[in-house]
Amino acid sequence: MKSLILSLMVSSTLAAAPAIVIRNATVLTVTKGTYTGSVVIQDGKIIAAGETVMAPPGAQIVDGTGKYVMPGIIDCHSHIAADSINEGAVSVSSMVGIEDVLNPEDIAIYRALAGGVTTANILHGSANSIGGKCTVIKLRWGKDAHDIIFEGALPGIKFALGENPKRAGNANGFQQNANLRYPATRMGVEDVIREAFTDAKAYRQEWNDYNAKIAKGEVAIPPRRDLKLEPLVEVLEGKRLVHAHCYRQDEILMLLRVADEFNFKIRTLQHVLEGYKVAKEIAAHGAGASTFSDWWDYKMEAADAIPYNAAIMMKKGILVSLNSDSAELMRHLNDEAAKTMKYGGLTETEALSTITINPAKQLMIDNRVGSIEVGKDADLAIFDKHPLSNYAKVEKVYIDGQLYFDREKDLSERPGHEQEKKSLIEKEKEQLKKAGPGARRPT
Amino acid sequence: MKRLLCLFAVVCSAWAEVPTAIAIHNARIIPVSGPAIERGTVVLRNGLIESVGANVNPPADAWIIEAEGLTVYPGLIDGLSSVGIPEAAPAAPAGGAGAAGRAAAAPAAVATTPAKGPEDRPNTTSWLRAADLVKLTDSRIESVRSDGFTTTVTFPMTGIFAGQGAVIDLSGDRPGKMVVAEPVGQYITLSSSGFGGGFPGSLMGTIAYIRQVYLDADHYTKARELYASHKGLPRPEYDRAIEGVLASPRILLPASRRVDVDRMIRFAAELKQPVILYGVPEGYHSADLLKKAGTPVLVNLKWPEKPAESDPDDFGVLQSLEVHAKAPSTPAVLAKNGVKFAFYSGGITKRADLLKAIKRATDAGLSTDDALRAMTLAPAEIFGVADRVGSIEPGKIANLVVTKGDLFDEKTKVQFVFVDGMKYEPVPEPAVPGNRGAGERPTPSEGVQQ
Repeated sequence: MKSLILSLMVSSTLAAAPAIVIRNATVLTVTKGTYTGSVVIQDGKIIAAGETVMAPPGAQIVDGTGKYVMPGIIDCHSHIAADSINEGAVSVSSMVGIEDVLNPEDIAIYRALAGGVTTANILHGSANSIGGKCTVIKLRWGKDAHDIIFEGALPGIKFALGENPKRAGNANGFQQNANLRYPATRMGVEDVIREAFTDAKAYRQEWNDYNAKIAKGEVAIPPRRDLKLEPLVEVLEGKRLVHAHCYRQDEILMLLRVADEFNFKIRTLQHVLEGYKVAKEIAAHGAGASTFSDWWDYKMEAADAIPYNAAIMMKKGILVSLNSDSAELMRHLNDEAAKTMKYGGLTETEALSTITINPAKQLMIDNRVGSIEVGKDADLAIFDKHPLSNYAKVEKVYIDGQLYFDREKDLSERPGHEQEKKSLIEKEKEQLKKAGPGARRPT
Repeated sequence: MKRLLCLFAVVCSAWAEVPTAIAIHNARIIPVSGPAIERGTVVLRNGLIESVGANVNPPADAWIIEAEGLTVYPGLIDGLSSVGIPEAAPAAPAGGAGAAGRAAAAPAAVATTPAKGPEDRPNTTSWLRAADLVKLTDSRIESVRSDGFTTTVTFPMTGIFAGQGAVIDLSGDRPGKMVVAEPVGQYITLSSSGFGGGFPGSLMGTIAYIRQVYLDADHYTKARELYASHKGLPRPEYDRAIEGVLASPRILLPASRRVDVDRMIRFAAELKQPVILYGVPEGYHSADLLKKAGTPVLVNLKWPEKPAESDPDDFGVLQSLEVHAKAPSTPAVLAKNGVKFAFYSGGITKRADLLKAIKRATDAGLSTDDALRAMTLAPAEIFGVADRVGSIEPGKIANLVVTKGDLFDEKTKVQFVFVDGMKYEPVPEPAVPGNRGAGERPTPSEGVQQ
């Protein structure tokens, strides 16, 4: 199947891309209201959107009668498309990065596409107080690793508070008798972050001193480049976004205070299930919140979660998104968004914003994606029903104006894939027979 | 004396004789570097090839082998191996890939306390040199030589930076005499300790570690230069891990899928290291990347297949089926695209299995000429020793395999093997599999993914 999809992708890239007009659809722009009309795509961008548009000559017409077009969904917290997620051996693993292990062949990408997702923030796991570097990707299924990176997006880094990072230091935790690792308490988590940023400041000073010496014409041995501390210096300088996994209000306040003290910003609090308790403080720091709709009580620190969390935080002035943290949930983030209307009474547009423009703003890519506006990337999902209905299915997904998912095509290709699989199984059986029983060594 | 020699030959099942000059007369000669010579002579003298051709006459002082009906090939080269390092041999024939044996190959180097970061140089023995580790006591030497291999590119294979390889000839009376060239590269795996072990515990941790080591190597070099040329600077620390890395002319990185090929080509470019990728079962759809980067490849002849322990009715997902079916087409695709590649035996122990594996590659479109090249001249070129081994040309080392019939025909018997001009007769295949030599050749780790 993979190769079939790949070859289709290749052929669609090679053809000179004509303009595309999605016509007579209900268009949910998220930022500019909802209208019935057209969206025009050319050279990967939205060049026109409105009730009446001019279509370029030779444009391919997609009939949108009865369909709903929305901006491609953005997931601010995902762990798909990577060959490793956690560097759990150390408390500060900022030397590692998802970009090094991106796996564009992960089938979860295609499945998320089928749920209307076009952009995702691929995060390091939550095993460490300070985790690894994160990468924002576009779900360009069929492309090589380098080509799925969201070009120009600011890089991120994962922090984690609470149970996960302290578990590795707990003799009764999941690594009984294993190599115990500091910290074992929430206090220790704070200490690790403080120490790391103290080191990062010293490291920055070391380089500044060296550069000053060189500028004066002195001879000096340069400091050793430290891949662990470099990303933290970037955080201090506002060049890298912090995405912090957290649950409890006390640890949330702790992190905000540490960040204020060291003079850096937390870009998003992830999960942040008790965010509703400290919404004012989060808003004051300027952190965004990326939470679940109604996942609850799956561990001690998640016990105080409420489904009203997203709505309450939004009403307190926090930039709120809903994320998946799961390859499965990622496929129906539109359903998750719809829940905020039931729990908290968000409007349709507010609900949609939690999976489009808000995560785009959190990732600082809202100049490119997150809404249907002229000049933005043509990242669009076409649904057969209103996307906030849980009967809705994704029919087509465009990224940069290219069709990456087409439900009809997917369905029509399934018998072919079945056939291909059958013939490959026959071939393999043949091969095993040829090799004979003695060919298998007991290794 | 003669009798003693005979007795020796019986005991060892191999008889090495040392005349100064030997002429293999009236043989079919496949030089690899040029067209086949249907009837000609190869003259060996003092361990080197003196002359080869249709019109070469045996010198008066040469011992003559009347080779009517025999074919002479360059000695085969196993492009990636641990043969020659006895500790790397599996402890027992049924002992799997010989993890225990390989761990023993670098006992002192692996830290006993888990590493806390890159500065602890985890799983690093970059300073180890295969040339220092090879011994004639590795019983695998005789068994692979009997299959026509005269040369292996042998590496320490334990750890992330495992150590430096050497091209060795499977002959000689002292280990130092085996070494043709060294160091020929640093063998790198992407292994990690997983959760609960030391750093690195993940693939991305291993990659970050390797990157830090090369940054440290740059710093080390610069600091030493400054220290040497200026008084009053702090004394740089000696670091054997960096010394080993700096001494390596190229690196070997594992790659299975297209994504690995892409990742490792970019990584090597970032590290500014000449690179050889090894494994590469999915080279059939990575040739464009390899060609563009000009990256040579060592292809594992042990083609991926359905795991033996798996449910006989479960053939897995389409993707793995596709890999099983298409992997043997990798060499043909690489050859068509002009990607330089060589073969390695990758844990295949029996000549029959090796020939079957090669046949799958030729059935998938690889010419037998290219298959032969991938086991002779190509690995020699990849490791920069083509001026000495890999083909039958005057001045090259007298490494030859002489067969009755086509080398790739299962029924063909290896008649004798010359290594450094020494003639060896193959030991017979044992009746019970696994009893010959030390059993299985270990498989190089493909770099554990996770």
